[in-house]
Amino acid sequence: MSKPGSETSKISRRKFLGTGITVAGMSVAPGVSLINVAEARPLDQPVSSKQRWGILVDANKCSKGCTSCVDACFTENGLNRGDEQHSRPGQKAQWIRKIDLRDKSTGHEVSLPLFCQHCEHPPCTDVCPTGASFKRKDGLVLVDKHICIGCRYCMMACPYKARSFIHEELTHQFEYAPRGKGTVEGCTLCVHRVDQGRNPACVDACNAAGHKAMYFGDLKDSNSEVSKQLKMHSSKAIRADLELNPGIRYRGI
Amino acid sequence: MKYLRMMLVLLTVVLLGNTIVLADVPKPVIPKGNAEECVLPKEEMRVDHMNYILHQRDETMHRGIRTKKFSLKGCIDCHTVKDDAGKIVSYKDKKHFCNSCHTYAAVNIDCFECHASTPTAKGTISSTGGKK
Repeated sequence: MSKPGSETSKISRRKFLGTGITVAGMSVAPGVSLINVAEARPLDQPVSSKQRWGILVDANKCSKGCTSCVDACFTENGLNRGDEQHSRPGQKAQWIRKIDLRDKSTGHEVSLPLFCQHCEHPPCTDVCPTGASFKRKDGLVLVDKHICIGCRYCMMACPYKARSFIHEELTHQFEYAPRGKGTVEGCTLCVHRVDQGRNPACVDACNAAGHKAMYFGDLKDSNSEVSKQLKMHSSKAIRADLELNPGIRYRGI
Repeated sequence: MKYLRMMLVLLTVVLLGNTIVLADVPKPVIPKGNAEECVLPKEEMRVDHMNYILHQRDETMHRGIRTKKFSLKGCIDCHTVKDDAGKIVSYKDKKHFCNSCHTYAAVNIDCFECHASTPTAKGTISSTGGKK
């Protein structure tokens, strides 16, 4: 991680004024445009850019071999229910993966979950020819499957390999997680839960497993646990060089 | 000339045949929903339901508005049809509420390639986590 000072000098004016939390958390005094929004939004109110949902993953606490978050994601969103009979393992839908990293020189190993990073500047939405890939005002990057034509440009554009294409007819989808053949899908940060003021399933599962390696919350609310944690210790964005400003940040990598 | 006459005879047969078939198609039997009345008068819903659902679809997807009135989930929860064994039928069954009309009108809908066409059983939702 570069020093805070050197990072500050690199940022553009637009980023500084915008939601560049990468830098804002470190060098700018907190308290700028920090509006507290009630946790569960009324059903008839649209999402607003006063919030930005994000997760801090503490890789130091993430246990190698533990797949609680992956399993929870499968169960919650109805993935891997035996529908994809003809797809190879690599083709089957998976929204969250466990990655093990090893530093060759020191032998230090770290394990972390990798999923849609909910970028501020998502490349998937840039390349989408129909507007199906979009970023919701509260920062969630989603696929509108009603207008997705299944071209898979977004899968190629995503540097995190976060999206899956559904090759086969699906049955028994959950009512809150519609999924179907011929469309691309990825982590929604459990949008149906977030809209109820709840944590994504992976975060709850990680807590239930006792690791407590994931903090979910509003990155724009300085009082949220995730903001406090981000302020307290240094964290990294994966592939920060791409300047996508992901909403998912990592500690201990 | 002979050819033309044959065509005419053929055409008459086809047309006649069609009328007979049409007369045989029964009017759809539309199953009643579980509630006293629909979210709007049924005459209005029969004509405009697709527009309400389409509008709600975009509002929910892009703006996160999750009002219940015109949600597809609301339709599915209320308009359940059971088969002879007492099990709620899916869209694959001809008895399904949406099918009852759409088969008659020959309008194919794509909703249920992705969306659940039966209510999700209670207790299966969010089994992984509790309240925040």
